[in-house]
Amino acid sequence: MTLDLTTKPRVRPVSGTGPHAVDGASRRPLPLVRHSLTLAKRSLIKTWRTPEALIDVTLQPIIFLVIFVYIFGGAVSGSTSGYLQYLLPGILAQTIAQGAIAIGVNLNTDLEKGIFDRFRSLPIARSAPLVGAVIGDVARYVIVTVSTLATGYVMGFRIHTNLAQAIAGCLLAVLFALSLSWVSVFVGMKVRTSGAVQGIMFLIVMPLSFASNVFVPTSSLPGWMQGFVNVNPLTHLVAAMRGLFQGDPLGNHVWWTLAWCAGFVAVFLPLAMRAYRRKV
Amino acid sequence: MTSHDLVIEAEGLVRRFGRTTALQGVDLSVARGTVLGLLGPNGAGKTTAVRILATLLTADAGYARVCGYDVATHAQQVRQSIGLTGQYASVDEDLTGRQNLVMIARLLDMGGAQSRRRAAELLEWFDLADAADRTAKTYSGGMRRRLDLAASLVGRPEVIFLDEPTTGLDPGKREDMWDVIRSLVADGSTVLLTTQYLDEADALADEITVIDHGRVIAHDTPEGLKRVVGGQTLEVRPSDPSRLEETAAILGAVATAGVVEQPRNGVLSVPVAGDDALPATVARLASAGIGVTELSLHLPSLDEVFFTLTGRTAAHDDTTQHAEVA
Repeated sequence: MTLDLTTKPRVRPVSGTGPHAVDGASRRPLPLVRHSLTLAKRSLIKTWRTPEALIDVTLQPIIFLVIFVYIFGGAVSGSTSGYLQYLLPGILAQTIAQGAIAIGVNLNTDLEKGIFDRFRSLPIARSAPLVGAVIGDVARYVIVTVSTLATGYVMGFRIHTNLAQAIAGCLLAVLFALSLSWVSVFVGMKVRTSGAVQGIMFLIVMPLSFASNVFVPTSSLPGWMQGFVNVNPLTHLVAAMRGLFQGDPLGNHVWWTLAWCAGFVAVFLPLAMRAYRRKV
Repeated sequence: MTSHDLVIEAEGLVRRFGRTTALQGVDLSVARGTVLGLLGPNGAGKTTAVRILATLLTADAGYARVCGYDVATHAQQVRQSIGLTGQYASVDEDLTGRQNLVMIARLLDMGGAQSRRRAAELLEWFDLADAADRTAKTYSGGMRRRLDLAASLVGRPEVIFLDEPTTGLDPGKREDMWDVIRSLVADGSTVLLTTQYLDEADALADEITVIDHGRVIAHDTPEGLKRVVGGQTLEVRPSDPSRLEETAAILGAVATAGVVEQPRNGVLSVPVAGDDALPATVARLASAGIGVTELSLHLPSLDEVFFTLTGRTAAHDDTTQHAEVA
């Protein structure tokens, strides 16, 4: 290693005014937001570098749409085209919810690596690494949405409302995934192995996506199950999206969905933070 | 030395992990602009002590201050002043070297241009400029260590914690790392360095604290410690075993104490002092026409240091614990 003495770093004086000075973190406003965005960028770079980790949000919605529409479409709704119109919002909700599993798995493996020690030794908000990772995952949710809608379009799916409503529907789905991802982050902080995170999250998301209105209308389900289906957050999300994409009656589904999102964040964000702080 | 000059001060640090007690009352002090070598075998508690001082862990008892701030109550202020280089390089392998450094700079609230400038400066200094835009995954072990150290220097910290900075590096790279550490100290940084090697602590540290099983068992200057544990040892293996006697006579003449030992078959060793011993021995062996296949000068190994200080072999937790029980 050559040492070029002219460019070597100089240690700042004790009373330092450098960027690392004691008042540095408070000098500029909103440190949590800035640090989280910096760390979200890290997530984006990592996502970009490992496209194979995007299979769950790219190929899965395509495969699910093709399988369910062409295999069950005729039996469930009499025609594959009619079923596609019905099913697409459901598949989008299901895959975006499953897409939220990955963050818990990734953070669980990340914590074992030294980079989190580095973050913890820096004068940044403790929660920034988690918030940053969650924000960085927005890219994945946007990819699911685009992939599902594009596949649907090729298969014959059409929006029957207007662009603004369609975008609102997509945003609602992304917001839902962001909120649900705090559950995943919490499990990721609590459980010892990444495999266990995957298993637990699958057990949570699976019943949510099948015991719902994703594949069949709620009215076709047995009465005892309808009780669960009617409170299932995914049911509200799917109903809200059907309203925003197709013009079905919206009811209070948007509000219920937003309430669930707020609930997930209010409960699981603090729990995840606490678990993160305790994790050594 | 007044306490005002102490950049790191710790008293009675205790830390338990379940049933094991990693630290059982450790005191440390490091004066501004000096290097403390924290010497001990694997599992002695070195990393635990560093993690407490770097605010990654909390102590169960005792207190520690870094730059005058209590690590338990003023962690955020402590983090403003420290740089940490862990035993396992803590860089993001999926990011390039440059992206790693820019990210740290941004997290330290530097502006975009300033961050890129600082990253470029460090990449240059650590000889990573050519590899700057490759992902850290592709780096060699030595390059990763350098990037890791660069990452801990982004904010120009006053205090630098180096946890076994050369473990796993080949000898040449080890000396390079030593040079880097020396130049940091020359610039006024205060360094706490953990190591398993007496020669490393001897080469870099102003004072050495030896810990074993979470306790401080010695604290001294390198010279003081060497007086206790013995200085350098010269080992010679004559190529013709029949000339062992003659060789022993020559070694006896250069040795500090006249005891020539035979640690292994065909190898002679004597304690020596000063840098002249080696050339003197070489000259005498040459004039006597004795060829050698092995000639080395070394400081006591950690095992030997521990044997002298504790009367038992340093090592591995299981065996020592059995020894204590027995």
